[in-house]
Amino acid sequence: MTVEAPVPVEPSTGWTGALRRRVVRDLPPDELLPDKQPVYVASWIYVFGVLTLAALLVVLVSGGILAIRGPQWWHVSSTGHFVNSLHLWSVEMFMAFMVIHLWAKFFMAAWRGKRAMTWVTGALSFLASIGAAFTGYLVQSNLDAQWISTQAKDGLNSVGIGAYFNVLDFGQMLMWHIVLLPLVMGAIIGVHVLQVRRRGVVPPFGAETMEETAPEVPRQVTR
Amino acid sequence: MSVATSAVLTAAPVNLNHPGHYVHWGAIQISVANLVVIALMVVIFVLALLLPFPGSRHHS
Repeated sequence: MTVEAPVPVEPSTGWTGALRRRVVRDLPPDELLPDKQPVYVASWIYVFGVLTLAALLVVLVSGGILAIRGPQWWHVSSTGHFVNSLHLWSVEMFMAFMVIHLWAKFFMAAWRGKRAMTWVTGALSFLASIGAAFTGYLVQSNLDAQWISTQAKDGLNSVGIGAYFNVLDFGQMLMWHIVLLPLVMGAIIGVHVLQVRRRGVVPPFGAETMEETAPEVPRQVTR
Repeated sequence: MSVATSAVLTAAPVNLNHPGHYVHWGAIQISVANLVVIALMVVIFVLALLLPFPGSRHHS
């Protein structure tokens, strides 16, 4: 009995094959959900990134419940008040944790070691979050929302975006708040987290020499 | 539960039924509430730098 030699598989020349090879090269599956971190990560200051993500999860779930039940529920019933407040306070926590995370990464110069895109996507997600929070204030359907929108309209119209971002148009602001900005935030934060997984957590000053002088040392030094 | 009791239970721990308090510092104007939040964030930031992380002393 003869055994035929396996036919070597030619690498795909299509865009799907090229994309797959690049994704597997840049984001090895065994590094996406690591169970070990560098020893310097054992500090409270490294906790605020994941605290921000946890707060965002509460924001999304409570916002989803508000979308299902509607304003007559969240303005009138006690359970609606509770979920409405949960949505507000999770946003407060999200913004506070994100700003502390920003302070920490700024003073660490976290763009070091080819981490520029991690920093840039973090900054963009911060800007998108400000837009999402702002449109949230505009769709409270109360006097506060009316006051904020009339205070903001002239400034936004003067920079020429009033047609696509009309703060007096409740329907448009609601769509920005619950569709467009969450999509933008989700995409940017997703890329940000993948960049953290790709480049690893930035080392403290003085500890980066190991990365530069001995690239064969695994990036994820165990603790 | 009476309306009065319910109102007491749901009242804010700080009386918010008045215009906000503001501090003025040259060109800077900020509400006391926002100033307190920023101060708390700075305190949390400093504590995160100083407090030992659980289990970190067991690793070199």
